[in-house]
Amino acid sequence: MRLIAENLAGERGGDLLFEGLDFTVPSGEALLVTGPNGAGKSTLLRIIAGLLAKAAGQVRLEQISGGFESLTAASHYLGHLNAMKPVLSVEENLRFWGSFNGQGKLSIADALERVGLGDIGYLPFGYLSTGQKRRASIARLLVSNRPVWLLDEPTAGLDKASERQFAALMQDHLRGGGIIVAATHLPLGLGNTRELALGAAA
Amino acid sequence: MSETVSKTARWIDWANPTRFMTFAAAFLPWLGGLTTLVLAVGFWMSMQAPDDYQQGATVKIMFIHVPFAWLSMMCYTIMTLAALGTLVWRHPLADVSAKAAAPIGAVFTALALVTGSLWGKPMWGTWWVWDARLTSVFVLFLMYLGIIALTRAIDDPAKSAKATAILTLVGFINIPIIKFSVDWWNTLHQPASVLRMGGSTIDPSLLWPLLVMAIGFTLLFFTLHMQAMRNEIWRRRVVAMRRVAARSAERRTVQ
Amino acid sequence: MGALFIRDIRLGLRAGGGVLIGILFFLAVITVVPFGVGPDLKLLARIGAAMLWIGALLATLLGLDRLFQADRDDGSLDLLIMASERHMLALTVLIKCLAHWTVSVLPLVVASPLLGLFMNMEPAAIGATTLTLLVGTPAITLIGAVGAAVAVSLPRGGLLVSVIILPLTVPVLIFGVSASYGAVEDPAPFLAPFLILAAITLFFAVLGPLAAAAALKSSAD
Repeated sequence: MRLIAENLAGERGGDLLFEGLDFTVPSGEALLVTGPNGAGKSTLLRIIAGLLAKAAGQVRLEQISGGFESLTAASHYLGHLNAMKPVLSVEENLRFWGSFNGQGKLSIADALERVGLGDIGYLPFGYLSTGQKRRASIARLLVSNRPVWLLDEPTAGLDKASERQFAALMQDHLRGGGIIVAATHLPLGLGNTRELALGAAA
Repeated sequence: MSETVSKTARWIDWANPTRFMTFAAAFLPWLGGLTTLVLAVGFWMSMQAPDDYQQGATVKIMFIHVPFAWLSMMCYTIMTLAALGTLVWRHPLADVSAKAAAPIGAVFTALALVTGSLWGKPMWGTWWVWDARLTSVFVLFLMYLGIIALTRAIDDPAKSAKATAILTLVGFINIPIIKFSVDWWNTLHQPASVLRMGGSTIDPSLLWPLLVMAIGFTLLFFTLHMQAMRNEIWRRRVVAMRRVAARSAERRTVQ
Repeated sequence: MGALFIRDIRLGLRAGGGVLIGILFFLAVITVVPFGVGPDLKLLARIGAAMLWIGALLATLLGLDRLFQADRDDGSLDLLIMASERHMLALTVLIKCLAHWTVSVLPLVVASPLLGLFMNMEPAAIGATTLTLLVGTPAITLIGAVGAAVAVSLPRGGLLVSVIILPLTVPVLIFGVSASYGAVEDPAPFLAPFLILAAITLFFAVLGPLAAAAALKSSAD
């Protein structure tokens, strides 16, 4: 399985943010997208996720494992927003995404345990602190199986301990043959990574 | 001097929800028992009461309709006092009292409207007319629902308390309008007959059951109100404990 | 899909008394009518069905702008769109509309017989109006979904949604009211406008979600 981008260009509001982007990410590896604010990191991720139209070029996933039909269907997207409802409990939120996106190997209780929220799954999501909310959102990635993780500033709001925990989760995902594309300006603590610097030339 | 200090201290103790909970736990069974007793006696007296020579057996609806209507206004008055308590004295229980009273008041108002409608159909030949008394009571019902919607819409109790209190105070204008609507306007609804200058116009054989029923339903209101206040305090404690649980879970993972 | 329906119902019931506000608005609209036209019972009985329909129409439009905006605000909408190969987006929209209708419009339909009494309507007229509301209001929600999807990225889209949708709901109102009158007034038929009303609902059950899904896909930025 490989994620391939050829001559990719992205624009936002008529502004060309990047063009002529080529990269290949084989399974088991992570791509760190770095660059200053406004360089187009989030735009690139949303284009890969299929949420934004690309200005030129193409991005595709070859030899997809797990019976997914396209890159979008095979991707988990963790954006700035957590996609959780504050009035529902953490468990209810995860159970919904689990049954909507397909339940993976990990049960909801196990997923919560992995992000260190094992004993507060019954609380309404709105009661959680910023870091806890982020971790609950990360648990969503574990509940359904997707080979590609698209992470936009995944560690925003996490403390050092949770960052380490999350790095271990990402390591597990890569070891299982997954692909990670992460936009960040903090080191994620991963071993086998490639780096793509956006907006450096401009 | 020292006596007044201890007196104020005791008065402030009442503001303490924990103190209220202890008191309510001890008092509620007695109040509930008394309510049942008075209502049972009231129902028995109502059954024994003679039929009206004009209205026949339908007059018996009066024994529940009048207490419901009276409670719908009393409940709003209590909420107004509670609103003053929230705004002027910042009494911590005042907000709980107002919030707990609103649904009960809405139910009693709805019951007053329904029983009135059932009475009106054989008497006036229609379920509903838009005269001053009926309309103003219906507006009272809408105001109850509005207050309930407002308390539910604002999550933070401290914020919702003030907003609700202000709305309640403004809405109190409606209460005298309801009370005097039958005198000010020419309406289908009969004028005041129980409480009026120069004595009641109701025959004692009907008046006594009515009074007992009114006392019984008033006791019922206070029983329900106290219970609802307890529930509200419990609910707030559950919310507070959940927030503590979220925070303490954070500390554990950091260590 | 069932999970989405249950989630949206739960959200509707738990989040801040939205159901109550819809009913309250409906009650308030019907209450002001007698003040406007006078308490003449015969007149009220004659315009009753029309007033109930207009009240229900306005109350239905009330909460529609939040249909997709709530999901957009917390990022859920992105994930719903991304899942479109697993669950067709139009179907997702349809389920969301059904959940919204069940929570915020069905209570209006249930309350309408009571308001019919306030308007001094005959039992047959009340029954017919309730039935037409039951069949016709889903069409309003489904048409509204298109407006809600078009205006999803606007921060204050609420009023705009109502203004966009209102002209499109006119046929629903026409056939709903004429069926209600057809049930009581002799020469006018009941069944023909009622069937057309049902057809409108079925038609928009297909067109509304498809159009809304297309608008949502292009709204992502």
